[in-house]
Amino acid sequence: MTQSQTSQGHTPRRRGARLRRKQMVGLLFVAPAVLLVLVFFVVPLGMAFWMSLHNWPLLGRPRFIGFANYANLMQDERFWAAMRFTVYYTVIVTIAIFAVAFPLALFVEKARPLTRFYRTAFFLPVVIGFGSASLLWAWLMNVDVGLFSPLAFRLGLTEKPVNLLAGFDTTFWSIVVMVVWKTAGFNMIILLTGLQGISSEVQEAARMDGASYGQRFRRITLPLMRRTIALALILSVAGSILAFDQFYIIADGGPQNSTVTAVYWIFSQSFVSFRLGYGSAMSMVLLVLLVTISVVQLRLLRTPEGM
Amino acid sequence: MPRKTAVAARNALRSIRHHGFGLIASFLFVAPIAWSALVSFKPSAEAARPPLPPWPVEGFSTQSYQNLAHYGVGVWTYAGNSLVVSAATVVATVIVSLLAGYGFSRFQFPLKNALFVLIISTVMIPFQSILTPLFLILTRLGLQNTLPGIVLIYVTLQMPFSIFMMRNAFDAVPKEIEDAARVDGASVLLVLRRIMLPLVLPGVATVAIFAFLASWNEFLAALILLTDQKKYTLPVMMAAVRSGQFGTIDWGAVQSGVMLMMAPCLVLFLLLQRYYIRGLTAGAVK
Repeated sequence: MTQSQTSQGHTPRRRGARLRRKQMVGLLFVAPAVLLVLVFFVVPLGMAFWMSLHNWPLLGRPRFIGFANYANLMQDERFWAAMRFTVYYTVIVTIAIFAVAFPLALFVEKARPLTRFYRTAFFLPVVIGFGSASLLWAWLMNVDVGLFSPLAFRLGLTEKPVNLLAGFDTTFWSIVVMVVWKTAGFNMIILLTGLQGISSEVQEAARMDGASYGQRFRRITLPLMRRTIALALILSVAGSILAFDQFYIIADGGPQNSTVTAVYWIFSQSFVSFRLGYGSAMSMVLLVLLVTISVVQLRLLRTPEGM
Repeated sequence: MPRKTAVAARNALRSIRHHGFGLIASFLFVAPIAWSALVSFKPSAEAARPPLPPWPVEGFSTQSYQNLAHYGVGVWTYAGNSLVVSAATVVATVIVSLLAGYGFSRFQFPLKNALFVLIISTVMIPFQSILTPLFLILTRLGLQNTLPGIVLIYVTLQMPFSIFMMRNAFDAVPKEIEDAARVDGASVLLVLRRIMLPLVLPGVATVAIFAFLASWNEFLAALILLTDQKKYTLPVMMAAVRSGQFGTIDWGAVQSGVMLMMAPCLVLFLLLQRYYIRGLTAGAVK
């Protein structure tokens, strides 16, 4: 120790060796993380593409078939049904989440009595898992022992008990309500950070000039929150495109496979029918879709604040 | 004077409207959780009827929890699996991201920026699209259908967020602090443990909470990668209960299972809310 201190940096060769040692230390620090990401993310990603070019059963030899899986995918009516449903769900649920989250964010923006309580209450469903939330709502939606149907019946809103899981529309809208309940608080917090980023002086000056609440919201709040809204929007879109738990646990993809999402379809192709190559082709399509969305997200976030 | 009372009346009205909305909305968000919690303490026969009213009428009972205990190999095995997986994920995520965050923040080495971008950019790629190859890789490593196997996947999924958080945490610590220690001859690891760790502890708390919630609640990967019933985590086990794999659905038992899954998340959030929200907004502000 004393020796290295006395001779510190005296010759260029030593300095080079010390620099290399310091570099090695840095590499060692990041090595475990890099190794994990390589083995459990980068390699599987390459494999997913490779597998998508094969007829790949669970047991037995994979057979190279080029882009045949992709060609078959384009012809597969059930693939398109899953894609159509996923897009439909994503559009509806994203609008619904914003319709609830934006008013909530405005409601909890200013520090008033009980505001902290309200924020916590609205946020509570966010921290429980989608699995628990789905189990909970599967029960609430149950026709015999649940809450909604018996409650509506007792209040005289329906003539007889209604099985929400019997038809597509009631299943779909019940799940939309559940997802709004589960995720509105998350979007509220994201939007809140945007709202709090707007200086109160700007709002105050506009109010002095006689701008109404509606005018201020449209002309000041919304434009200044463009980046935050874009972020919340894209997080919500990406999350919804990947929806699985709630449709699997609550509806089992039914009725008549009408609520099978993209991820659900990949799951059943790969791990129920064991067509691993075919499932991988679908995975690649999904991946390209999501990376495109993420790139758009980065673009939007990089544009300067404001108009 | 009358004008003053008019203003006061208007303010009171506004306040009533404000809190009226707030309390009703709060009720709607909290009610499903509270309903489930109350029903889980009804006797089985009562839990098999519609939850009106939600509270136990025929007396408080832990029957649903006892029934749940006998599903499959017993709910405590599954809860134990979940706990082991989550605890291991938290510990491993904290250690790996702490080291990497320090490395990326304080050292210069070849490919540094490329490696950082590589790790962060995995956040864009849905892990759902690589589950099949992960299944094959874990099989090759002899880790398919094992708890360590799923922990490795969960830790990897936490890397982009955790390393981003930890690098920022280290970046916020002035360089002079560790320089002083290094001059005194302390080794790199000693500096990290004794001097830097206490300073980045809030970042560690954020990383740990996110790792816990993600691994405790994760469903799809566990469903695919854990094929042996004895290895199931709680969400996989409860989904099997719900689908009737263990016989007739006992809805009281389902609610007690939901409570078991929700309670740790809710308690952790209420205790460490500050660190959780900080992690959430880190992405939004950047």
